[in-house]
Amino acid sequence: MSGTFVGMPAFPKAAHEAVHNQTLRGNLRHATHTIRAKREKAVAEVSDWAALREAGKQIKDHTLRHLDRYLVQLEESVTAAGGTVHWAADADEANRIVTRLVKETGESEVVKVKSMATQEIGLNEALEEEGIRAYETDLAELIVQLGKDRPSHILVPAIHRNRGEIRDIFAREMSEWGRPAPDGLTDTPAELAEAARLHLREKFLRAKVGVSGANFMVAETGTMVVVESEGNGRMCLTLPETLISVVGIEKIVPTWQDLEVFLQTLPRSSTAERMNPYTSMWTGTTDSESADGPRTFHLVLLDNGRTDTLADEVGRQALRCIRCSACLNVCPVYERAGGHAYGSVYPGPIGAILSPQLRGTESEIDASLPYASSLCGACYEVCPVAIDIPEVLVHLRERVVEGGQVTRAGNKVVLKPAKGHAAERAAMRAARWAFARPGALRTGQRLASRTRRLHPRSIPGPGKAWSETRALPALPSEPFRDWWQRTRGGSGKDGAK
Amino acid sequence: MSSRERILGRVQRALADVPPDATPYDQAVSRTYLSEHGNRSVEETVDLLAENLADYRAIVHRTDGAGLAGVIAGLLDARGSASVVVPPGLDEGWLAATEVAQVPDRAESTSYELDQVDSVVTGCALAIAETGTIVLDGSPDQGRRRITLVPDHHICVVRVPGQVVSSVPQALPRLDPTRPLTWISGPSATSDIELDRVEGVHGPRTLEVILVSGE
Ligand code: SF4
Repeated sequence: MSGTFVGMPAFPKAAHEAVHNQTLRGNLRHATHTIRAKREKAVAEVSDWAALREAGKQIKDHTLRHLDRYLVQLEESVTAAGGTVHWAADADEANRIVTRLVKETGESEVVKVKSMATQEIGLNEALEEEGIRAYETDLAELIVQLGKDRPSHILVPAIHRNRGEIRDIFAREMSEWGRPAPDGLTDTPAELAEAARLHLREKFLRAKVGVSGANFMVAETGTMVVVESEGNGRMCLTLPETLISVVGIEKIVPTWQDLEVFLQTLPRSSTAERMNPYTSMWTGTTDSESADGPRTFHLVLLDNGRTDTLADEVGRQALRCIRCSACLNVCPVYERAGGHAYGSVYPGPIGAILSPQLRGTESEIDASLPYASSLCGACYEVCPVAIDIPEVLVHLRERVVEGGQVTRAGNKVVLKPAKGHAAERAAMRAARWAFARPGALRTGQRLASRTRRLHPRSIPGPGKAWSETRALPALPSEPFRDWWQRTRGGSGKDGAK
Repeated sequence: MSSRERILGRVQRALADVPPDATPYDQAVSRTYLSEHGNRSVEETVDLLAENLADYRAIVHRTDGAGLAGVIAGLLDARGSASVVVPPGLDEGWLAATEVAQVPDRAESTSYELDQVDSVVTGCALAIAETGTIVLDGSPDQGRRRITLVPDHHICVVRVPGQVVSSVPQALPRLDPTRPLTWISGPSATSDIELDRVEGVHGPRTLEVILVSGE
């Protein structure tokens, strides 16, 4: 994945540093709690949420089950609609293809819609090396780019920054990249957004090449779908002459009708809105007469570890993810550790299961990621496509500790057990970290109680052999702390009834 | 071997453990979710549209066919607009009451020219009540996607109840995926700064929707 993350310390160490950063914790806590409460309300509005979630899961599972067929169908539909399809087995190949396509236009700058796939492959850095400047146009991505920072959340990449920090970044850095920030810029969100509008508009109006990802690709029609809020997506998708979209192969849905499920679940799960402000859908290119949008459209289909993930019978469900970020916002570990600690573009619970599968578990950070969780189960409950994240975490812990057969770059290889019990050490450090923080532990326990039927029947990893011959104690329905708080040990007002 | 063959081969090998499955797609997914939420009369559906549009800070107006030109002229006036982009197939009568300079939507006009225009008036393909969404499909009364994007003020006319559907599942079958589609729910907004919602980052900062009855 992105070179930015090379040399990241393992999760427990990075998390340890993050929890000592007061500003970061404050910013994160505010943000995740706000969005969590709003999301609950938005979901409660639709009475058929459970049925939508189940349908979403089934659509994605079916698609993955027949992925080869749908990929070929998509290629045919996109080509028939005037687009060109490219296949990229890994990050390097994808970057080479995009670089070549940009160079063929003769341009040396591109405007970008926020896209996880292009971050994953480190596209901006690859373009930079070839003398092509990529401008991030999502406000949060702009904050991250100008701040020479890394994103820390899938949906709100600058969630770790507060308004004062953003003001300082704009005032200091905007002139380096184009139109400077207005004099006397204050830290009100409206003024900051206006500064971004002016700064980016000059880029949109002159841009000849746009680069995007896509939230969904419809196999039967060849339609691409991008959901967004700010309008920067619409700008990048419609004003340039050439559009290049880099999309993971798991983003396919079979039919046009399938969008009715995800367009209901994605906005409510991610930004807690009934619908996001803007959704753009395009199918290939338009005829020259109407000339609505780019004249040239390239779709780069990205593997980069996805087929390896597909080969894992437990872990493949991670490919259902629609990147709504709901699991980040409910995760007690993410809330305290922050997105950077995960050392990948995919932070939080989904990152903890996706990154080690896409990248393999050779590095220390990837081997430690399956431990970046208290297994409280909150992530599974909110996931709109019902990915059993705790199940995959447990599965990956076993793999790290015990080794076994995995697929890497399409080949079956046998993984050795983690050397020198590195993973056990990582797990213990993670546990120590949680126990040293009563707040984190409390949240974890409370959620653990509520979700106890989801818990594994055996201890993962090193404790497996022990628990195979013993029944694990059932979790109490209420943590001791809560019971004590409520009843004062049976002597208080509440307890005396 | 090309990367295409390599990837398709990897997919097939990855799925070797999965038992064969020939279920046709229309039976593979159980669609027990609702096709709309709640039981509403036609009028109530239009009211819900108005409510949800307003909830996301679109400004909603109501009129009938006879009043439409007057309302549009009034909105352009109140805004102090000096120019308005007009899609090629817009009903001429809609702009009959305004003196504001009309700029035709032309393929050859540049983004910079468009950036100088104050407002845009369009129709729509349909509107979705439950989500407060208007959908544009590039038909002659809506024009190219960029004309509703670059100017800062968008006036969109929705014919009620004919163009209103209740829900997303009711909207998709009425739309043509081969057309470029833009779904708009309230004006451009961001919540990237401490999750405070700010209207208008890159798209129009003001969205006015006119619900016109009896058309
Ligand atoms: S795993 Fe589920 S909850 Fe998390 S981002 Fe993906 S779809 Fe959303």
